[in-house]
Amino acid sequence: MATQELEKLFHDNIDAEIKIEPRDWMPDSYRKTNIRQISQHAHSEIVGMLPEGNWITRAPSLKRKAILIAKVQDEAGHGLYLYSAAETLGISRDQLIHELHSGKAKYSSIFNYPTLTWADMGAIGWLVDGAAIINQVMLCRTSYGPYARAMVRICKEESFHQRQGFQILYELSKGTDAQKAMCQDAINRWWWPSLMMFGPKDADSPHSAQSIKWKIKRKTNDELRQNFVDMIAEQVKVLGMILPDPDLKWNEARKHYDFGEINWDEFWRVVKGDGPCNRQRLQARINAHNEGAWVRAAAKAYAKKRQQEEVVA
Amino acid sequence: MQIKFNKYYYGDIPEDNGGQQSEIKKVPASDGKEEWPLWEVFIRSKQGLDHKHAGSLHAVDAKMAIENARDVYTRRQEGTSIWVVESKNLFASNPADNEMLFDPANNKIYRHPTFYELPDEVKHM
Ligand SMILES: [Fe+2]
Ligand SMILES: [Fe+2]
Repeated sequence: MATQELEKLFHDNIDAEIKIEPRDWMPDSYRKTNIRQISQHAHSEIVGMLPEGNWITRAPSLKRKAILIAKVQDEAGHGLYLYSAAETLGISRDQLIHELHSGKAKYSSIFNYPTLTWADMGAIGWLVDGAAIINQVMLCRTSYGPYARAMVRICKEESFHQRQGFQILYELSKGTDAQKAMCQDAINRWWWPSLMMFGPKDADSPHSAQSIKWKIKRKTNDELRQNFVDMIAEQVKVLGMILPDPDLKWNEARKHYDFGEINWDEFWRVVKGDGPCNRQRLQARINAHNEGAWVRAAAKAYAKKRQQEEVVA
Repeated sequence: MQIKFNKYYYGDIPEDNGGQQSEIKKVPASDGKEEWPLWEVFIRSKQGLDHKHAGSLHAVDAKMAIENARDVYTRRQEGTSIWVVESKNLFASNPADNEMLFDPANNKIYRHPTFYELPDEVKHM
């Protein structure tokens, strides 16, 4: 088939809500956009393990420790599902990892903020996973088959993440004055960075329109952000806490919450590498990879040796 | 007594050490030769059902592929049996041949039970 025909078939499939599968013809830019987005997403799951991993040894009870380990393990799995989806587009795992480590690929900026108290584990589960879920639920219907299937799997596992986070904060909110203060402090620090997770405003997001045309995304950054604000603004009342935004208020005409302006300077600064822990996070990833090199080599050598023994026997 | 914890792992930082201060050590370039082979994972979700493709992963051999598949794909009772196949051993049809392979064959209506008109006396056939 001529390229023109293939391109028409591709667009017809997109329009008819037929998923694009790995061996189907697709425009180069569709392939590249998916590789960029899926790998960014995979890297976020992996780097996202770091701030929570910090608290596994310091979780306040055995129950909380077990929950946190289970959650961090889930995130590792999410990274794997997504790397696998990206690999179906013709990029190798090694190359994906290399792009993260060399700084070429990005991951979600939220993980460049430090986790200072136990309440941060609550705020991350409730706000950060909460924001991620809004995005991920939309992506269950994305047009590239392997990405959509990975998202369905992830969403199933994700639902306990937000609940366990909220529950941590809920318990703190019923605790001593110090615990209440810790709860409010964590919300104060994580609220704005969580809003930034949805990316730049639609007007400043050049790729968005194309992604929506290709049905990679189904909603714009601003729509998703609004969904998130509406959800959290209600839930925070249950905690008896407040969100650190004096402009936050219900708008009866819009049937949505209005909210204040995000600090976009901070957003771009952290994206470009100057957040509170950008370098440390990346260094932690690189170290883990380098220090694990001998394990990977040994496993490979052992498998080879066993294979040879089988041939002889 | 007040205890202050000062343990920071995995890139979390003490307040006095900002993001800009440390320099990242260079990453060794990867030539892709170290990569473990890719495996496709199939899971039987319960006795009586077919194995279904669940995803893929890298592993040095079949044993490790099954162990990793167990950890990644069946942590919540999603399976009772696992198959793994090294991806290079999996052969797929080409979408370009779809028309030839999967033509609906609408002219062969005799393949469908509704083609055959039977007397009303025949029940349950
Ligand atoms: Fe996740
Ligand atoms: Fe999560």
